[in-house]
Amino acid sequence: MTIQFNDETFRDDYTFKNSQWAIDRFPFPFHEDSYMYSVNMEQHQGGPAGSVYEKRFDVDEHYVAEMKDRAMVLAEDPLRCQSLDHMTLAGWDLLELIMVSKSEDYPDLFELHRDGNNWHWINRPMGIEQKFSFMDETTLPYGPMEYITRQTQGDFAVLDQRDDNLWMDAGMVTTQADWSLDFDIGMNFFEWHAPVPKAHEMGIFVRALKFLLNIQQGAPARRLNWTMTVNPLLDTSPENYHKWGVQKTTLTSDNVGEKQFLRVELQTFFRLPRSNALVFPIRCYLIALEDVVSVPKWGRRLHRVLRDVPVELATYKGFIDNRPMIVDYLSEYDDGLPTSDGIWPDKDTEPPFQA
Amino acid sequence: MSAGTNKIAVTVSDVVPVNEIVKRFRFVRSDGGSLPTFSGGAHTVVEMQDGEITRLNPYSLMSDPMDQSAYTISVRRDDEGRGGSLFMHQKVKPGDEMVVSYPVNLFALDLRARKNLMIAGGIGITPFLAQIKQLSAMNGRFELHYACRSSALASYADELTRDHPQNVQIYFDDAKQVIDLENLLDGQPLGTHIYVCGPKGMIDWVRGKAADLGWPREAIHYEEFLAPQSGKPFEVKLSVSNKIIKVGEHQSLLEAIEAAGVDAPYLCRGGACGQCETSVIGYDGKFLHRDHWLDDEEKASGEKIMPCVSRFEGKTLVLDR
Repeated sequence: MTIQFNDETFRDDYTFKNSQWAIDRFPFPFHEDSYMYSVNMEQHQGGPAGSVYEKRFDVDEHYVAEMKDRAMVLAEDPLRCQSLDHMTLAGWDLLELIMVSKSEDYPDLFELHRDGNNWHWINRPMGIEQKFSFMDETTLPYGPMEYITRQTQGDFAVLDQRDDNLWMDAGMVTTQADWSLDFDIGMNFFEWHAPVPKAHEMGIFVRALKFLLNIQQGAPARRLNWTMTVNPLLDTSPENYHKWGVQKTTLTSDNVGEKQFLRVELQTFFRLPRSNALVFPIRCYLIALEDVVSVPKWGRRLHRVLRDVPVELATYKGFIDNRPMIVDYLSEYDDGLPTSDGIWPDKDTEPPFQA
Repeated sequence: MSAGTNKIAVTVSDVVPVNEIVKRFRFVRSDGGSLPTFSGGAHTVVEMQDGEITRLNPYSLMSDPMDQSAYTISVRRDDEGRGGSLFMHQKVKPGDEMVVSYPVNLFALDLRARKNLMIAGGIGITPFLAQIKQLSAMNGRFELHYACRSSALASYADELTRDHPQNVQIYFDDAKQVIDLENLLDGQPLGTHIYVCGPKGMIDWVRGKAADLGWPREAIHYEEFLAPQSGKPFEVKLSVSNKIIKVGEHQSLLEAIEAAGVDAPYLCRGGACGQCETSVIGYDGKFLHRDHWLDDEEKASGEKIMPCVSRFEGKTLVLDR
């Protein structure tokens, strides 16, 4: 299909909106009626046609608007994009991975022509055409990682692998769930995960690191993570907490359905060939509660999950104060019927809401 | 998910004798496409169909990591070994169809290094050939010290000396030339990383000397793939898959598990990477641990075994697999 790109904003007047197409393909993160941490990794080798898992780098109706928002964030705060000296090779790896993937997966939107190291890149949605010399930084307007991630939805953590650990040595981070690249740059896997409650005691990070260190070329992996955000705000960074944190207090029982968003991250992991680094794209999908409950199964399930999630998690994910209001709203869409297994909407088989 | 690696169908395009004991093999993609790039130090696991037996041997990639037209490896013939290298030397001909894994790197360059000090012994030269090509393309700084038995057996020494006269030093055992390790390590600038690949004695020697001289552990990189050794046959019960298997004299435990149709994880098949670590549920006998993954305490505990290289002698062994 040809994607119709939305003209929308993720700040100020918040005109962001999901079409019916985007709602139906939303990556709902709960496969059952409760939630606890798990390493929940699977191979990232495609998925159902039309789903966000189908392509290596999903492009959707929000693409152009998200890239405009990223450019605004970077103009205000250039430290959202950093790459330590030894990570340039990984940046070229990432540029190649994305350009090759997008031109193969979306030939109507992106083209890549290669003649040795002479590359020609065409990005139609953003109106970009660039001829450059692969591995020669002077032929691009930005470093290779910054160049390509200004044209790709999602945040990117580029992790160096050494000493049996992963190191946050480069990244492009403008759509994050309250963490800071500028703070984490140079940290190892255990250091940057230190603030996460409960998971350490559960041994989650030791197992997750072991899994990630063994991700091999040609065999990428993925998982989902989630949190809650008031207003369709991509940039929920610690740097701008003074701007967005206060917005959480604007939630009322009248506006919760349209103002409270479920924020889902599709996290993928690719081994980069030349540098042996690991890239960790974190793609953010937002959906208003009123759109969640338009899918009966999701309405029932989200109510049960958010109602029962432990206090530490609701605090860490930043919605503990608003939880009563959110659960109240969602309870209106939970008729107590059982739900089918798995994350899919199952609109044809699950019963409609029983008033 | 064995190894977590995908496989590539390749055709042997060239077999070249390098000297009396080493042959070089060149693989191109059978479908005519490009091979994935890789990072210097990576290996590929080559599948050999030797009659009834499937052999899976890891070999370092020695070609230019940026060259997507072909992969090359060099195989040293081991007349005392279990047959993988003999199969490569005696059976593999240009035009043969084979299967190799995607590249896996357990011996990567530390890209922060201000200087890369490489120490190679014998066939341990192969990963450095790819690393030197990678570093040369990036203007990285390196120095190679390469010990060989004799000039007749010094694989690639001539090319290396010709292409990098300032950076390569060759030592011949038969001329009683020995790396002056203490002075070599002593004279390195801050930010140097050491890489060593060769026989176990050489690796231990370099690691020990570097530790004595106070080098940080993170600055010492080494790769030693052990070849599984033959031994007395033994029987194993696989508890998860509920099978009793026999490990033959010239078969590794991992190979016997695979031959029984049980999917077991692996990466290096040489006792180094830890991927095939398997829990022991019960045993009556003695372990012949040969890996360098488990520490001495784990080896003594009788709770873990690395089936790629380690064996067992005794009455019963039950594994969680």
